[in-house]
Amino acid sequence: MTRQLITGNGAAAWGARLARADYVPAFPITPQTEIIETLAAWIERAEMPGRLVTLESEHSMLTAAGAAAATGVRVFTATSSQGLLYAMEMLYTVAGWRAPFVLVNVSRGLATPLTLEPDHNDVLAARDCGFLQIHCATCQEVLDNLLIAYRLAEDQRVRLPVIVNLDGFYLSFTREPVDLPEPEEVDAFLPPFEARDIAFRASMPESQAVAVLGGSPYSYFRYESHLAALNGLGVYETAGAAFGEHFGRAYAPLDCYRCEDAEICYLMIGSFATKARVAVDSLRAAGQAVGLVRPRLLRPFPGEPLRKALLGKRGVAVIDQNLSFGMGGVLHAELASALYGQPQAPVLTSFVAGLGGRDIAPEELFEIARIAREAADNGVAPPPRLLYTEDELRELRTLQTLARVERNELGEA
Amino acid sequence: MYRIRFHGRGGQGMKTASRILGTACFLAGFEVQDAPRYGAERRGAPIFAYVRAGQAPIRERGIIRRPDLVVVADPTLVPIPAAGVLVGLDTHSLLLINSRETPQIWKGRLNCAGPVICFHPHSETRERSELPFVGTASAAAAARLLGFVELSHLEQAVQQELAGLDDPIVDKNLAIARRAHEQMAALEGRVREGEEASAHAYQIPDWIELPFEEARVSAPVIHAGLTSEAVPTGLWRTLRPVIDYDRCNRCWWVCSAFCPDGAIRVADGLPVIDYEHCKGCLVCMAQCPPHAIAALPEEEAAP
Repeated sequence: MTRQLITGNGAAAWGARLARADYVPAFPITPQTEIIETLAAWIERAEMPGRLVTLESEHSMLTAAGAAAATGVRVFTATSSQGLLYAMEMLYTVAGWRAPFVLVNVSRGLATPLTLEPDHNDVLAARDCGFLQIHCATCQEVLDNLLIAYRLAEDQRVRLPVIVNLDGFYLSFTREPVDLPEPEEVDAFLPPFEARDIAFRASMPESQAVAVLGGSPYSYFRYESHLAALNGLGVYETAGAAFGEHFGRAYAPLDCYRCEDAEICYLMIGSFATKARVAVDSLRAAGQAVGLVRPRLLRPFPGEPLRKALLGKRGVAVIDQNLSFGMGGVLHAELASALYGQPQAPVLTSFVAGLGGRDIAPEELFEIARIAREAADNGVAPPPRLLYTEDELRELRTLQTLARVERNELGEA
Repeated sequence: MYRIRFHGRGGQGMKTASRILGTACFLAGFEVQDAPRYGAERRGAPIFAYVRAGQAPIRERGIIRRPDLVVVADPTLVPIPAAGVLVGLDTHSLLLINSRETPQIWKGRLNCAGPVICFHPHSETRERSELPFVGTASAAAAARLLGFVELSHLEQAVQQELAGLDDPIVDKNLAIARRAHEQMAALEGRVREGEEASAHAYQIPDWIELPFEEARVSAPVIHAGLTSEAVPTGLWRTLRPVIDYDRCNRCWWVCSAFCPDGAIRVADGLPVIDYEHCKGCLVCMAQCPPHAIAALPEEEAAP
């Protein structure tokens, strides 16, 4: 095992290599491209066996990934943002084939307006498609969870594709120290894919795209996928614990930091949660009982672990790095559904922050904790809050003025 | 934790600088995080990269709000607000500028509270072949200012980060790194770690309620032509294409047609470069049939 500085994209590529992925259908998109570039270079230099094929779109790429997985080989692919949405039809389709593989999504905000920096509306758009979702907060977690993701996807109780999500820029281009395990150590944790009945061959045609009319068979197939996804919780728990035995780093569906005696908890996913971890330490130093709950697993939704972690707390500040127009933060709504009607449920406060990579300052996290505590004291949550300052609006007004130059010059003001 | 920010232009090696310094700190036994920040169209545009180094694992992420050391590889960035060179500097922050001018001049000009250091890694600016090495020089100077990075760590970091380049290039980078490291000898260890944000007493963020505004105002529409004109992308230029009208054969279209920014117009049969908007990509120089276009370093070129 060596400890090196590796980017999130590098960690994802190493994960695919150490998992001994046989087939990598690829299409470039910022901020993911480095992953497939790295894999392409390794395969070109014969440092990694397997085959990388560039497709003409993400839609085709996901089709190729699903088709290859249906032959029983180990498949890795990666995309981001607009690419994930372009592939959306096939995400739903291939998940229904029950052919397991791993897709890395490097989160990037969606158009319009166009951006390159991260938020989670891209991966949350794939929330209901049948792919399980693992959300990472560090480069190490990206590498480790890629390996866990294959165990999860290929498990007979699951057999669904898995998305491993990492944030663009904050992980994708950020180097951190990463323990790189030896290939033999990984082989012991992740043996070759036992495909069993997954054996589609050109010489033996079978149809993956079965049509069923009348809602009854349709309901059966769809609900079976749901039950398989639910099984993912226990399988992730087992695989995450086994990973700890092999490598000394155990993973649970929730990452709970200083929660045990906490009165107030932050709830967030992704790399920005490490900022909240720093805030927790500062608040603790100031004598405040604050903790952080970070779901790694978002599909299946870890409802039971969340109830266990949060019932009895006074308040939870949900910080959503996403926005469902006309509704609000997605995690806030999902957490509320998990806690509704439960005894000793905490007061939930809702914050929308980090859209398009907008930074979250330490002072903002302190203030969020204060508001969550105040809400718990009063028993009433304030309206959801977008983190947006007066200075930011002032800067936006400057941009708007610039954007309207033509209008002004044409005398329309 | 030490927080270091590098400012330069796309193509000046700021990402490489952050990686050389990051690797050098890592080799010195520190926990490290380094990252570049850039957008879609970057050559010549202001970019920055940053390094965090400390004894404990690093959880803070993203832009550095309160830098301990800011390294400015290109002094022409300082007056550009979008470059954000001076953001978050306070009395403890060290500002290292690649400039022939004196720290006193810069301190006065910027009304800067903290210490300013000027360094000039190139023996002669006319030695244009050295311009691309400013990133390595910046990393080496920063390493000496931090103090805990041995020269051997720095050399190993340069070799590691430039692996894959030809030996002469790596050797030249090593020589430049050693020189910049030596130049900062008297200032070794001058960087001071800033205070961590305290939850005891913090400035309450001035959050506002965003008002509803009609789509006429709030849709992200820009009126392309004249808006582009209002943005002086000429500030991105490090090298300026200059037309030698004695050699120009008045073909009247090649440079103008190839200019990706439409910054060359033809007036009275002669091409004229719009320096407000020319980004210095030098496509025109490459395309000009009689080689009538030369490139001059921006700081030398007559305005």
